[in-house]
Amino acid sequence: MNRRLPWGAMARMTGRRALAAVPVLLGVTLAVFAVADASPFDPVKAYAGTAGLTASQENLDQLRQNLGVDRPLLTRWWDWLTSALTGDLGDSSVMRRPVADVVTERLGWSVLLAATAFAVAILLGTLLGVLAGRRRGGLLDRTVSSLAYTLEAAPAFWLGLLAIWFFSLKLGVLPAGGLTDTASDTVTADQVARHLVLPALVLGVSQLPWFFLYVRQGVGDALDEDPVRGARARGLAERTVLTGHALRSGMLPMLTLIGSRVPELITGALLVETVFSWPGIAAATVQAATAVDFPLLAALTVLATAAVLLGNLLSDLLYGLADPRVGFDG
Amino acid sequence: MAARPVRRATAAIATGALALVTAACTNPGAAGSGGPKDSAVVGIAYEPDTLSPLLGYGKDGNSKIFDGLLALDADMKLKPALAAALPRVDDGGLTYTYTLRKGVTFSDGKPFTARDVVFTYRTILDPKTNNPSRTELDALKSVDAVGDDTVVFRLKYPYAPFAQRTVQAIAPAHVAGGQDVNTGPFTTKPVGTGPYVLTGWSKGEKLTFEANPAYWNGAPAVKKFTMAVVKDDDVRATRLRAGDLDAAILPPNLAAGFAADKGRTTYTAKTYDYRTVTLPTHNPVTGDTAVRRALDVAVDRQAMVDKILEGAGKPAYGPVPTGSPWFARGTERRHDLDGARKILDEAGWKPGPDGVRAKNGVRASFPLWYLSGDKLRQDHALAYASDAKKAGIEIKTQAGTWEVIEPRMKSDAVLAGGGSPGDPDFDQYLLLKSELAGDGFNNMAWYDNKTVDRALDEARRTGDTAARKAAYDTVQRELVKNPGYTFLTHIDHLYVVNDSWASDAQGAPLTTQTEPHDHGLASGPWWNVESWKPKNTGDAKK
Repeated sequence: MNRRLPWGAMARMTGRRALAAVPVLLGVTLAVFAVADASPFDPVKAYAGTAGLTASQENLDQLRQNLGVDRPLLTRWWDWLTSALTGDLGDSSVMRRPVADVVTERLGWSVLLAATAFAVAILLGTLLGVLAGRRRGGLLDRTVSSLAYTLEAAPAFWLGLLAIWFFSLKLGVLPAGGLTDTASDTVTADQVARHLVLPALVLGVSQLPWFFLYVRQGVGDALDEDPVRGARARGLAERTVLTGHALRSGMLPMLTLIGSRVPELITGALLVETVFSWPGIAAATVQAATAVDFPLLAALTVLATAAVLLGNLLSDLLYGLADPRVGFDG
Repeated sequence: MAARPVRRATAAIATGALALVTAACTNPGAAGSGGPKDSAVVGIAYEPDTLSPLLGYGKDGNSKIFDGLLALDADMKLKPALAAALPRVDDGGLTYTYTLRKGVTFSDGKPFTARDVVFTYRTILDPKTNNPSRTELDALKSVDAVGDDTVVFRLKYPYAPFAQRTVQAIAPAHVAGGQDVNTGPFTTKPVGTGPYVLTGWSKGEKLTFEANPAYWNGAPAVKKFTMAVVKDDDVRATRLRAGDLDAAILPPNLAAGFAADKGRTTYTAKTYDYRTVTLPTHNPVTGDTAVRRALDVAVDRQAMVDKILEGAGKPAYGPVPTGSPWFARGTERRHDLDGARKILDEAGWKPGPDGVRAKNGVRASFPLWYLSGDKLRQDHALAYASDAKKAGIEIKTQAGTWEVIEPRMKSDAVLAGGGSPGDPDFDQYLLLKSELAGDGFNNMAWYDNKTVDRALDEARRTGDTAARKAAYDTVQRELVKNPGYTFLTHIDHLYVVNDSWASDAQGAPLTTQTEPHDHGLASGPWWNVESWKPKNTGDAKK
């Protein structure tokens, strides 16, 4: 691909997608408010905790009024929306802090975890996929494929518990959870790196089968196609055939996969962060949901939705670049 | 604020590869052993929602970061803390005057004055403050400073246990005063006068503390103190065994696994933590005094203690534990199934064809709710139902969340738990006072007994201990005649701790206080970690 990148077309597509994202985000936040409102959980009880069991009704009613959860659903949503547009995301009742603080403090850790896991999944998945696709039916292919199907069916939290049991309890080589050692009160890079290994590996491995299976299929099919046979006929080295011909067309389906795996990655992170006490955004989502913390829940949902939309945009852009026939129609 | 985690994250990725290699040969669990330990890591099951005293943290004392005007010692007796002495009580119990300790500073170096006390109490009383425990200061009318070192509390009505409430942690007016009380940074970055300073709080993971070298009562010998939040009992036990934790709270079955351990000791804390069954007055079956009395003697409390609690607890006959000086001797109920049958026979509850009794067409049957997922409550509920069945009363146990249970509390029985140590008023007034029927979760059984109401009022209005004791004896005797609840057990809390510390320089063993229902971070042998002294174990090898 030696031509210049089609910046104009790409920008137009991005713009169109951004416009389309507005109604989607509005709808999603309204839906979150509605679902949270319909849930049987009571935000006041969640806020008061055990103290609520001895509090007077007057005390609880005052809390309900202070937290603003006695107002109608649409009023609450509209208030949240208008103040969010002016940059005020509101206060989280469960964390007792402004939502913006909670998000900025935790987002970095989640991005670190998800990015590392995604890199593991893509790199390892591609590598194994190419190796397996080259000799389909071989020993490596059969071993990794059956493993991949098993992993595809295994829930991420189960893998997490298994990993803790094996690496932390049996072998004692990796920490079982948290961001740093229990006795340490400063966040140092080497500690974080050590604590990152297990959650990132589990999350990565739980995403790996899809990449592996797509690449294996793509590369395997491409190797049977005419251009590859032609290249072989011309006497090109196997390595050139593989990287220059088979890999390029074999990788195409994987590009779309990158975008469509983002939602899975987010739900996977939700479970993995909980299992490993990773102080990220996903762990906060669980708390926000069970405590019916509207402002925090809404902010996190917007973030997740935006991540999914961005993922889709990215994969469409990549696909358009890799295969000019597809273009940037959006 | 936003940039820091990101920068840290980048640094982490950069060094990640290197650390991955070294990870294989370092064991994070292998903490240094031998020699005096001036750091302690304890495993707790619950973490506080907030660290702001204004929102309810430290209302019962032992908050580590803060002090109250008063504090409770190992025997649950009040002693002065930020106050120089116990308060002077005037006006027939309506005025409490505290003289403050001099020379106390907050951890940021600013002096502690009467202004901070007034600020703390006034902020809690402010309806805009989201403090769910405000009801506990219901008696308080006003609080005023007289000069820098005297504070005067005025009450709406004479309230004998008021001094107990002043273990409430004091927040600094100069820090917390200028920000949003509900969500300001003070709620997570507290500044106090206490023995420890918070150095980090990773929610859901741990709280880390460092000794306050300028603490007014002497700098703690345990310099670093960490509370690891580990919700799962099995994981906590495993991390304790692996050496990652120095101490942990454990359920009886897991604590038993450490019984033979020579390097660790199990501490049993007596508690006010009761489990009870509410017998709603508005249910035709549970509202009947004969049914209540029959259930009260039909239940085999000792069997519950032995089987469900594995011995770690005591039979309960009321909110006041049998070991407390406030317990009315002679109100213990013997397990007496025949007696229960006799009471029901005499009251006209005749056995039906299916073994369930009936009276005037009403079957002796009622539902009993317990909190879903709470194994302990479930076990109690099932044991209770099976005991009742032997007496001819059918109890249908059902699991639900509080959202499901609350609307049904007026007519359905609930397996409830609670318990606040300290003054006998705290539990009994909220559980039994007829005016509080259906007020939030207070008096869930809608108990209504004029004699009890009168005695409860009398007991909280007089400061005379003998008169109070007599009034609470009346309450407990009335509960024998007309039990609106079936109290089942008081539950011991068990803690397993490494033998690395003593509670004083002479090497005395660690102690526990009498504990409440909540397993807050104030409980456990580390209630007074600030006065722990490291033991010189194993230093001979060096």
